[in-house]
Amino acid sequence: MSEFSLTQLKKGESGVISKFDSEDANTMRLKEMGLHSGVSVRLIKFAPFGDPLEIKIRGFHLSLRRAIAEKIFVIKKIKRE
Amino acid sequence: MKLHTSKTRATKAINRIKRVVILGNPNSGKTSLFNRLTGLHQKVANYPGVTVEKKAGKIRGGQVMIEDLPGTYSLLPQSEDERIVAQTVQSWRIAEHKPDAVIVVIDITNLEKNIYLALQILEWCLPTLLVFNMIDVARKKGLLFDLNVFKSRLNPDALVATSAKTGEGIEEVRNVIVQLVESKKAENQNPILLKIDDRLRPVQDLVTLIQNYRGQLNFSPLIDSLRLIASDANLEILDGLLTGPQISLIKEEVNRAREVFHYQGINYQSLEATLRYDFIENDLLPLIQKSEKFDISLSERVDHVLTHPVVGMFIFISVLGFIFNSIFSWAEYPMDIIEGAITWVGLSIAQSMQDSTFKNLIIDGVIAGVGNVIVFLPQIILLVFFLGVLEDSGYMARMSFLMDNLMNRIGLHGKSVLPLLSGFACAIPAILSSRTIEDRRDRLIVIMLIPLLSCSARLPVYTLLISAFVPHKILFGFLQLQGLVLIATYFLGLLTALFIAFIIKNIIRRENPFHFMMELPPYRLPLIRSLWWRVYDSSKLFLINAGSIILAMSVILWFLASYPVNENKNLSSTQKLEQSFAGQFGHFIEPIIEPLGFNWKIGVGLISSFAAREVLVSTFATLYNVEAHDKNETMLPLKEAMRNDRKRDETPVYTTLVALSLLVFFVYAAQCMSTFAIIRRETNSWKWPVVMLLYMNAIAYFASLIIYQGGCWLGKV
Repeated sequence: MSEFSLTQLKKGESGVISKFDSEDANTMRLKEMGLHSGVSVRLIKFAPFGDPLEIKIRGFHLSLRRAIAEKIFVIKKIKRE
Repeated sequence: MKLHTSKTRATKAINRIKRVVILGNPNSGKTSLFNRLTGLHQKVANYPGVTVEKKAGKIRGGQVMIEDLPGTYSLLPQSEDERIVAQTVQSWRIAEHKPDAVIVVIDITNLEKNIYLALQILEWCLPTLLVFNMIDVARKKGLLFDLNVFKSRLNPDALVATSAKTGEGIEEVRNVIVQLVESKKAENQNPILLKIDDRLRPVQDLVTLIQNYRGQLNFSPLIDSLRLIASDANLEILDGLLTGPQISLIKEEVNRAREVFHYQGINYQSLEATLRYDFIENDLLPLIQKSEKFDISLSERVDHVLTHPVVGMFIFISVLGFIFNSIFSWAEYPMDIIEGAITWVGLSIAQSMQDSTFKNLIIDGVIAGVGNVIVFLPQIILLVFFLGVLEDSGYMARMSFLMDNLMNRIGLHGKSVLPLLSGFACAIPAILSSRTIEDRRDRLIVIMLIPLLSCSARLPVYTLLISAFVPHKILFGFLQLQGLVLIATYFLGLLTALFIAFIIKNIIRRENPFHFMMELPPYRLPLIRSLWWRVYDSSKLFLINAGSIILAMSVILWFLASYPVNENKNLSSTQKLEQSFAGQFGHFIEPIIEPLGFNWKIGVGLISSFAAREVLVSTFATLYNVEAHDKNETMLPLKEAMRNDRKRDETPVYTTLVALSLLVFFVYAAQCMSTFAIIRRETNSWKWPVVMLLYMNAIAYFASLIIYQGGCWLGKV
């Protein structure tokens, strides 16, 4: 099972967060919102021009820029749609 | 962190009213609940962080004052308004700053994320009421839980399930608060609401040390220790509470703990968040059961269309187009009615009163001045209404999502969309709403750009000039030329703002920005109740403005335009006006504005519009009325009077070119005293309001110069 960044998920795919590649104010806030290792995340869609992206995690929708999402690593879980 | 000691002390001394603070995540329905409880009307929004000002209201039927704090996810702040919440909470370390009770609002349909803040607040050990809001939605979603179990697990003083939308549970909340503020809580028993395991071992020595200062710090030593280790920024907590040597002692211990964490490979920066979510997952989540009926919600299906790269963009542009078009066309009828009513009032007074200076003041000063501004109320109501629908429905957040990439290219981000769009209504709330932008520099740029967007105060000026001097033509069978010019005027300001942002981006390069991240709340049907209060509040503000600043300006201008009285009967009314104080001043600045195509009357208008832009309209109304009055002419509608105005050589004062030049001047010029004042307050310096004044007026002058001189040159060619 390989690890890759959140941005490499395709629309509708889910993964489990495995690690954060950096620690700064951005990731700090994400952790306070409940993005931790072991939590499953689903990529809902990309905005026009591919940035930002929308994810669903712990039952709510969050919009993130690629620059942050690239630092979040996931393990792919199930393929949907 | 700064504590507002003197201020709070003063308020404490004056009243014995109990103080309650209300907290919650953005979109938790906190503000709706606050409105329900107090009847004090305030914005309710679906967009994260619209409640930027700390607002307070007395609870209905009780001696309790409720303070509504901005929505926040956590007590470790990233933005200005989160900082306000964090500072308020930190001030509770001092006994006299403690509120008598705290309410934490939780969106029960999204417990995992919402409960985080509640846990942080419960640890302060104040009389606390947890409100599980949106119970109606939770039932529809089939969420099952037992309030009593939650109550025994979290141990708040009270727990109530409510729906701020339907009103369910509000009465109970009110009753509970009235009881809570009278209760006395046993202190110094801060509960520990996070998972306790071996990962906390390196903190132990620091906890033991901080335990000694319990009397000064007045908070859980464990949580304080975690936060001190997490970030140096949190060391501010200690300022003013402990002595220098004590703080150095703590710093040493903090560094030692960090080393141990580092050695063990534990991330100490986010340890609090990790342990809390472990607690939430293990202890709280099992308390909620989801029923089987789980499918893709209607909200998600709607979203699929609204944020589609092609369809969504098309809808976005159509929505904006629809709003601006309807503001211009729908408002026409009520505006005609108001205009008719004002003329009628003027005529009735003219017939019923004896000639006197006072009569002139009432008709030419008050009615002409204030009346011509009130005419624009329908347009303001429509604009505020539409912006309210966008926010409350959740579509505003999607606009940010759609536009973030484009905004990013010019150095802004999606969160700038709301403040910038609000700028079309009024710069004051727009500048306040920019507090949700985390990065100070980003925020400053947005603040400097907001006044370039055509606010509703400019609309009266645009409408007057366009309806008077742009021909009433229909293009391609359905497009009104006047409407098109109006849209173009709005776009001129917007595009200029974006262009300036782009230039700034390329001048100032930044490292490590705090990136755009935003919750996308579910789509909700806007509540008529909340839309009504928005419209009511802004109409009230507009009318109060009309009744105060604009009334005063109208009276002053009437005086300046009527005095000194020249008894020479042979002078024409225009000559009399020219010799008045206003006329003299207008003539004084005429050489400066003449290259723009403006005469001395426009000069008078420009000066007076520094109070508020719409004053230009009332100034013109007053000027032309004084003139008409002296000629013994009947009051003409202002448009007509302006069209009929002639220079000495009998050519019209206003050509379409002059009107365009004036229009462009108003797009760019910084003319609003209130905006100047709010920028001074928000940036806490005189530098930025002055910069705004200089750069905007410079653009205004040169743009008008180019339009007028260019137009004249083209006319000759």
